[in-house]
Amino acid sequence: MSDNNKTLMQRIRGAGWGAIAILFAAGVVFWGGFNWALEMTNREKFCISCHEMEENVFKEYRNTIHYQNRTGVRATCPDCHVPKEWGPKMIRKIKASRELYGKAMGTIDTPEKFQAERLRLAQNEWRRMKANNSQECRNCHNYEYFDYSVQGRRSNQMHQAGLAEGKTCIDCHKGIAHQLPPVAQDIGADRGGVAPEVMHPTPPKAQ
Amino acid sequence: MKKPTRKLVIAFVAALGLAAALPPSASAQAVKSIRGADVSAPELAPGGFKPIPDQAPIARDYVQQPPLIPHKVEGYEVTKNFNKCMDCHAWSRYKENGATKVSLTHFKDRDGGELSNISPRRYFCMQCHVPQTDAKPLVGNQFQRAEGLR
Repeated sequence: MSDNNKTLMQRIRGAGWGAIAILFAAGVVFWGGFNWALEMTNREKFCISCHEMEENVFKEYRNTIHYQNRTGVRATCPDCHVPKEWGPKMIRKIKASRELYGKAMGTIDTPEKFQAERLRLAQNEWRRMKANNSQECRNCHNYEYFDYSVQGRRSNQMHQAGLAEGKTCIDCHKGIAHQLPPVAQDIGADRGGVAPEVMHPTPPKAQ
Repeated sequence: MKKPTRKLVIAFVAALGLAAALPPSASAQAVKSIRGADVSAPELAPGGFKPIPDQAPIARDYVQQPPLIPHKVEGYEVTKNFNKCMDCHAWSRYKENGATKVSLTHFKDRDGGELSNISPRRYFCMQCHVPQTDAKPLVGNQFQRAEGLR
């Protein structure tokens, strides 16, 4: 190992300090450029540049509190759908390249096709949120700093009960920013859709 | 000129004369709507009323009154896919959520047959049950709660 190191050091020294400086600068530029390009794909404007997003989920999101509210503090697409930590973010971005294939094939290029796939797409996101304990919600909404005294009558009770049972945000707050896929509620004709147990999972046994 | 046509012309001229003789505000004074503007005028501003925060169930004011909604309902989804109201007020859900369960009167279909959940014709809850804002009554009134409910 030391042999290799030596030769590497020798080689670098041979190239001269100028080359080292150039390599370092190139590294900074490459890393900066990579991050910049990544951040470009993490903007609301980029997300709705494809009409699949703009015509379906974005329209629904515009009616919700995360789009517009009294203080103007917003949660845009990537705040909920792209993890903030580097590792999970890379994994999500690589998985998202599948969406380019879907875009090219026109998998959901009409509202009707989108509605037909909504159940599957929603469950993907629910699964992801459940697995990381709703981390994207908690980036802003920190359970430990909830002031129950200023919460509403219902939210106060439900949040404390939910916390005690070890629930996570997405267990109750499905459809907070988009419309829901069909949910079985036994009203009128059977519309299929997700079972009540999926909408409201039974909490894990108290530890 | 034919007779009916002549009559029509005379009536038209008379109507024109009458309209000219009356002051233009006379008809406006006769009908005054409480919305404060002509029906053809642009809609008045909504008034910025705030929804009332969550409260205990509101008592009925008359028998057969659909109970009022004592909480905010902004952003609640009631669509073909999902009925947010029934997510808490259904008989299978109300205990867990501490909500009022929907009335048994809602379980009949239009032929009088009994169902195990609300009838689809009762699907749009907020056609009858309405949330409350801090808006004041438009005009004074002497409404009193029904005697048996006071």
